[in-house]
Amino acid sequence: MLQNWKIRLVFLFLGGAVLLFVVAPVAGLFLKTSGGQYAETVTDPEVLRSIRLTLLCSLAGTLVFGLGAVPLAYVLARREFLFKGLVNGLVDLPVVIPHSAAGIALLGLVSRGSWLGKAGEAAGIQFVGGVAGIVLAMAFVSLPFLVNAARDGFAAVPEKLEKAALNLGASPWRVFFSISLPLARRSVLTGLTMMWARGLSEFGAVVIIAYHPMVAPVLIWERFASFGLAYARPVAAVFVLVCLAVFVVLRLLAQKTEHVRY
Amino acid sequence: MLDIDHIRVSFPGFSLEEVSLHVASGDYLALLGVSGAGKTVLLEVLAGLIRPSSGRILLNGRDITRDKVQGRGIGLVYQDLSLFPHMTVRQNIGYPLKEILPNRQDRDLRVRELAAETGIPHLLDRHPGTLSGGEAQRVALARTLASDPKVLLLDEPLANLDVKLKAGLRSLLRRIHRGGKTVIHVTHDFMEAATLANRVAVIEKGRLVQCGTPEEVFRHPATEFVARFGGVKNLFACRVEGVPSQVGMCKARVGDGMVLFFVGQAGAGRGFVMVPQEDIFLSEGRLDSSAVNQLHGTITEVLHSGQGVEVVAESGEGVSFVASVSRKSLDRMDLHPGKPVWLSFKASAVRFIPD
Repeated sequence: MLQNWKIRLVFLFLGGAVLLFVVAPVAGLFLKTSGGQYAETVTDPEVLRSIRLTLLCSLAGTLVFGLGAVPLAYVLARREFLFKGLVNGLVDLPVVIPHSAAGIALLGLVSRGSWLGKAGEAAGIQFVGGVAGIVLAMAFVSLPFLVNAARDGFAAVPEKLEKAALNLGASPWRVFFSISLPLARRSVLTGLTMMWARGLSEFGAVVIIAYHPMVAPVLIWERFASFGLAYARPVAAVFVLVCLAVFVVLRLLAQKTEHVRY
Repeated sequence: MLDIDHIRVSFPGFSLEEVSLHVASGDYLALLGVSGAGKTVLLEVLAGLIRPSSGRILLNGRDITRDKVQGRGIGLVYQDLSLFPHMTVRQNIGYPLKEILPNRQDRDLRVRELAAETGIPHLLDRHPGTLSGGEAQRVALARTLASDPKVLLLDEPLANLDVKLKAGLRSLLRRIHRGGKTVIHVTHDFMEAATLANRVAVIEKGRLVQCGTPEEVFRHPATEFVARFGGVKNLFACRVEGVPSQVGMCKARVGDGMVLFFVGQAGAGRGFVMVPQEDIFLSEGRLDSSAVNQLHGTITEVLHSGQGVEVVAESGEGVSFVASVSRKSLDRMDLHPGKPVWLSFKASAVRFIPD
């Protein structure tokens, strides 16, 4: 169909316009920032602190909640049960609700009056205005990316391979760790990467639970609200660059290990 | 050794009806049936991957019906082999050994032994995706043997292989069996069953319809289905002798005295010859014809079946042949038990299956 030059031209034009729409603002972000501003921003301790906090909080959320999300994905891929459709819908819930609303909901869960808030306080963990709260907010909005990717990955592993492994005398635990997980690992890794990347960019839910300590998206907002566009742009440009760099490295790593395996 | 006692399985749209079967230690049982008859389901029940609705499975007198899959001592090789794609052949074969041999060196040694037994020592560092069908089949066998099962279940192990690979694998299976393994081999190919198994069980629409030696089942089919499924009844173990007597013609000795000629390129050795019952001509005197194989015998039975008449005649050497004749010929020649006849068939009608 795309052999026809007219339709090809129209499709290329429309597709190109959309791509440009994505690329142009980001490119503008980088280009409008001068070399001096870059130098100043990457040596600004407040900026560096916020970027480090963002990367680590999202990583922590991904790893901690991954421990439960991966088994959940496996169950959703393998088992048929009553209300499975409902559970699948619940997993996607954080994607469809406004993130400020998600932040409000989470705040209710971990506020000082709640049992979780009290329990945290007793254990020395501060949710509201604390790192733990940021981790929760990031994990809440980014979990669906991991669960969905991992579920599709597990579903693509032939169940017969697991049965064969059981028949060969392996325990169910060993079957999961030696067969199911390695064969779904590409999807699980992709899911972890996407969950982590999504957590980095979260603003709405985080800002409601913890304005301080400041993660990068909140810092960008604060600079913009207090000083204006010119002050917010360099921080935004640097943060976007860091995200892109880490994202690219992780993808390359995932691909490389894949080559080793097959 | 293995007793299958009134096993019943039902899924929506499929059921296995009260199958009972006894498999003795050292048996090679062929489970025969068309696809969809329930053969694979029965294997999965034995392996513990499907729980039967009712009935029991006893292994050496112990009830294992509710036992876990692992540690049942029943090894299953799936038709699609289910090799682990992310592991090398060495890791595949070594997979079950982790549970059995705690020492790494012992495991390596055992993997090499198994690879040698199954003829794949050169493949150990390959990945399953790079193997041919015959190679993959050997790897799957070696892997299941590594778990040292008391009973070996094979699901269509010779399907999807060309004739030459089939012959090689058939002799490997025979070697494994001679090594003392009890084998249950699912197939839809009666030739496969007859040339490997010492017992045959026929499954039809989830029901066990007949069980016995290949001879019993094919010569005295219990139902029309078995008869038609068996298809050909004149199948004999033979020894191929010497050099072809004529160009492209081989000589097979059946039993002690009988010699049959067939067209083909077979070296000396053991095998099976098969004569389609439609290709045997009966005559009162010796025929002056192009048929190379001519035997004198006596009619022992005349059987009427749906399509026509089957005449069973025993040759002077004591070998029974089944020949199809029309009702018209039956009347015209007055064929009846006790009557002496000549049996003739062309060398090109005889099929040879190497051992």
